[in-house]
Amino acid sequence: MNSTGAAGAVLQLVLVAGGAPLLAGLMRQVRARMEGRAGAGVTQPWRDLRKLLRKEPITPRGSGPAFRAAPTVLMATALVPAAVAPFVTTASPLDGAADLIAVVALLALGTVTLALAALDTGTAFGGMGASREMTVLALVEPTILLAVFALSVRVGSTNLAAIVTATLHDPLRVVSPASLLAAVALAVVTIAETGRLPVDNPSTHLELTMIHEAMVLEYSGPDLALIEWASAMRLTVLLGLLANLFAPWGIATGASLTALPLAVGVFAGKVALLGAGLAAAEVFMAKLRLFRVPELLAGSFLLALLAVATSFFLA
Amino acid sequence: MRRLLGKIRRTGRVAEPPIPASEQPAPAAAAEFGGSVQIRHVDAGSCNGCEVEIASAFSPVYDAERYGARLVASPRHADVLLVTGPVTRNMADPLRRTYEATPEPKVVVALGDCARNCGVFAGGHGVIGPVSDVVPVDVEIAGCPPPPEAIVAALRNLTGR
Amino acid sequence: MSAVEWGLAAIAGLAVVAVLAALAAPQRVRPTTVGSCTAALGGAGIAVGVLAAAGRRGAVWLPELLPLFGVRLEFDPLGGVFTAVAGAVAVAAALYSIGYTRHGLDSRTVQAALPLFVAAMLLLPAAASVATFLLLWEAMAAASLLLVLAEHRRRTAVAEAGGWYAVMTHAGMVTILLGLLLFAAHAGGETFAQLRAADLSPAMRSTVFLLTLVGFASKAGAVPLHVWLPKAHPEAPSHASALMSAAMVNLGVYGIVRVGFDLLGGGPAWWWLLVLGLGAASALYGILQAAVTTDLKRLLGYSTTENLGLVLLGVGAAGLFATAGNRALAGLALAAALLHVINHAAFKTLLFLAAGSVLHATGTRDLDGLGGLRARMPATTGLFAVGALAAAALPPGNGFVSEWLLLQALIHSLPATAVATAVTMPLAVAVIALTAGLAVATFVKALGVGFFAKPRTPAAESATECGPAMLAGMGLAAAACVGLALAPTLLVPALARAVQVAVPGTEAATTGRLTLELSGITGSMSPLLIAAALVVAAVGILAALRVFGARRARRAARLWDCGGGGLTARTEYTATSFGEPLQRVFDDVLRPEQDIDVTHVRESRYLVDTIHYRRRVPDRIEHRLYAPLLAAVRAWGEAGRRLANGSVHRYLGYGFYGVITLLVALAVTR
Repeated sequence: MNSTGAAGAVLQLVLVAGGAPLLAGLMRQVRARMEGRAGAGVTQPWRDLRKLLRKEPITPRGSGPAFRAAPTVLMATALVPAAVAPFVTTASPLDGAADLIAVVALLALGTVTLALAALDTGTAFGGMGASREMTVLALVEPTILLAVFALSVRVGSTNLAAIVTATLHDPLRVVSPASLLAAVALAVVTIAETGRLPVDNPSTHLELTMIHEAMVLEYSGPDLALIEWASAMRLTVLLGLLANLFAPWGIATGASLTALPLAVGVFAGKVALLGAGLAAAEVFMAKLRLFRVPELLAGSFLLALLAVATSFFLA
Repeated sequence: MRRLLGKIRRTGRVAEPPIPASEQPAPAAAAEFGGSVQIRHVDAGSCNGCEVEIASAFSPVYDAERYGARLVASPRHADVLLVTGPVTRNMADPLRRTYEATPEPKVVVALGDCARNCGVFAGGHGVIGPVSDVVPVDVEIAGCPPPPEAIVAALRNLTGR
Repeated sequence: MSAVEWGLAAIAGLAVVAVLAALAAPQRVRPTTVGSCTAALGGAGIAVGVLAAAGRRGAVWLPELLPLFGVRLEFDPLGGVFTAVAGAVAVAAALYSIGYTRHGLDSRTVQAALPLFVAAMLLLPAAASVATFLLLWEAMAAASLLLVLAEHRRRTAVAEAGGWYAVMTHAGMVTILLGLLLFAAHAGGETFAQLRAADLSPAMRSTVFLLTLVGFASKAGAVPLHVWLPKAHPEAPSHASALMSAAMVNLGVYGIVRVGFDLLGGGPAWWWLLVLGLGAASALYGILQAAVTTDLKRLLGYSTTENLGLVLLGVGAAGLFATAGNRALAGLALAAALLHVINHAAFKTLLFLAAGSVLHATGTRDLDGLGGLRARMPATTGLFAVGALAAAALPPGNGFVSEWLLLQALIHSLPATAVATAVTMPLAVAVIALTAGLAVATFVKALGVGFFAKPRTPAAESATECGPAMLAGMGLAAAACVGLALAPTLLVPALARAVQVAVPGTEAATTGRLTLELSGITGSMSPLLIAAALVVAAVGILAALRVFGARRARRAARLWDCGGGGLTARTEYTATSFGEPLQRVFDDVLRPEQDIDVTHVRESRYLVDTIHYRRRVPDRIEHRLYAPLLAAVRAWGEAGRRLANGSVHRYLGYGFYGVITLLVALAVTR
């Protein structure tokens, strides 16, 4: 275990936890400016969280332990990948404990706890949100694992640090067809997993169009703060993985502590860029009908399958 | 998409300069909001004129979101209940239940003359009374309908931004 | 006598004691005595299996027991693993049955069948000759049939299920019999040692493999021979379902591994591609059917098809790698498959026992009629949640560990030189991924709709927690799940020895105590550290909340129903509605059947009185493959009846012409 690695892991945990609301604020601000509005400012989500933490927590009658435990578990499943994944350093002490498959599975665990909490309330909205979310999750899994496969074929491992280090040593690998196809497939996966347009509209008020929001209609106060924070962290983690698996330059690999501040800045910049790009793209898109979403996910699956195929045939 | 991008560039910023906050003292509960207010709109029986004005207040021209106010779908996520219209018989219980579903600290804003004193619908057989008859009201915004500037001014008061 | 031989004697002795107890004990104490004896029998099985997996050898040869051939039992690590698994499942199921059999399952036949079934399953992996193997296979089938038919007086569906099960298991037995007899005939002997040393032509080897594959795949519940599984498992009493789903189906896999890898010594790639294809089809079809069904035990039965499909996928991949010469990967894939067998046994036992507890308390298996059980049966709900986490293959459950190993084996197969591998591996990974996603949806449905929120029927409202014996059985299975989830590294040496039997020349698939570190390839994962990290994170969050948040006390409030009021249990999402989006996406495969019956008001056809809507998702393979087959058999039978029209003259004519034809044929062929 490397002290730089440990320091880096703590640093990236703080960065992801602290920066996730800022990323959400940046995305909202980009959307606002493109729509001609002034926007509330990049730090508005932090104000929202601060206020929510002070509000009264409410437990609806008829819900049980699954409802009570879900915000904490969701946040925990967002924190552990943030500590494991190579965002600021490739030498995180937990790197050998979880590889890309385990990180993806942890994010899925978070979704599952929220779905169970929604079913626990016993309302029709909760059930509807849970059912739709599970359908999207089931259809996104093949794309994720095939993209992981495509990434690991050249490297010979699904270990995150190994993939990042291999890309650092061989930069031209990024522009290979396999890599580009896998990147597009993972981008669609990110959109589907975090419930952004065109799969789900995060700011809709119509319950019948909700997927993720419908699961959290009953939460208030600190519970809601944890859920919103964890959702922003999941988006940050996924965008961070997208950035660092395909463009890892700037990450701290060695044993020197001096590389860490640069790595922090570079990572924040990359994620901010990706987030702004995603927000700008959302301005041009409308939400897909729920039963058209499987077609989108099937398309991304084909891209991932092509990525694996080209990595073999063009090897 | 290129046309839309061109249109965005040509239109530029549409939001008008900020409207000053209203001079009324803010309710006590608003002190805890700290610049972030989530609003749940309840239509207790209005003619939809106030709803059009609310939509304008959150439109790009007046952009109430820049002061930290945001519309949400569930009262559990809300701090402020924005009630429009006189309270009709069928909406009295739902309004009460919405009020009870909102977590503390909460503020009720009665928007428009109908919410304040039943406006033109006073005495109608389907109307119970103004909003203050059903839930305690903290802020009132006068007008039939109140202009978006008045709505934004009241919201600035609540958020403190 | 070595320890293993003592163990075999103990198994035989305990089995005899248990059967005698079933036949002789008075009805009041029969379940308790038989249950405890069977639990002891299972314990002996665990002991023998562990000893065998640790490398101890032992052989027993009883020439008098079976005419002509005798009974030959010999343990090796591969058999030891399967015996230990069967023994562990038997302990949990037997303890559970003490509490479960109170309500009408305590007849002598059914009670005697239980220890016989368990003993047959414990001894089958030790069979060292064709005759012993077939004897034990048939004993297992017969005993399990008695158990499946246990409640045939109470429900009519049980008889039909028993019929399907009997026919399919014996059809499988016939193909296995044919295959092994061909093998023994050409090998010149019937002991496994002689079979191993035999030298058959490639065509004969393929024939033997295909015949035995059909039988073993049917026992393992592989598509399209799985049709008996979703019929028999729901109708059997729950401890029998657990035994069948968690221990008996494994023996199908054991058969394929034993015959394909050990006795035949491996084969051409197309064998293993076939196994892999069967596995992939089973996994996908099984979980798809589970995702849209509303019967809890049928869901678990289809989930068994899915998991055994994953195991067969691993076995097929192992065979492919072994044929290509990549021993390390073959060992890893086979170890992953065996670990999945063990994990599946643990969580499937737990799930079936919990489902039985629900059935016992509410009288219904229909998820659309359950709900609200978390307040009325908290222990069962918690235990089912542990099993559901494992079955959904999410960390920190134990299903995730074996699935991770399997994925690692498949992912490291590329870059490969053979086109077959390059094409099948990505498709196999895609199948595993889709299966995993659908499994998550299925078990969220089972847990969320069946146990959470409010009860949907009066039966669910009046549920009470089950008795201590049932809780003890479930608790043991849950403890096994948790142990396997946190410390799978303890099993690695035993799995390595078992894999050595099938694919000689491999070493342990993983090294490391806390972490599973793949040997020879880069990859590691530590389930213990992940679980610890999650716990630390959760504790940290709770502490931070205590410091920074919630200055106000928590309030209990009415559910948010949009203010309209009147939220009853009718407005909850049901299992049918939960599965509807998935059913729509996979419409072409599932082809649901809908019946709409509209009753009009007598006075006017424009007004509707009632509407009956019924939607079923039938097993399409059963409809398309088996129904025509059964119709053809029935048509043959009807046609055959016309031959026997009662006229003595005609029968004499048959005999006369038959003899003439035979004489002519003999004359021509001489």
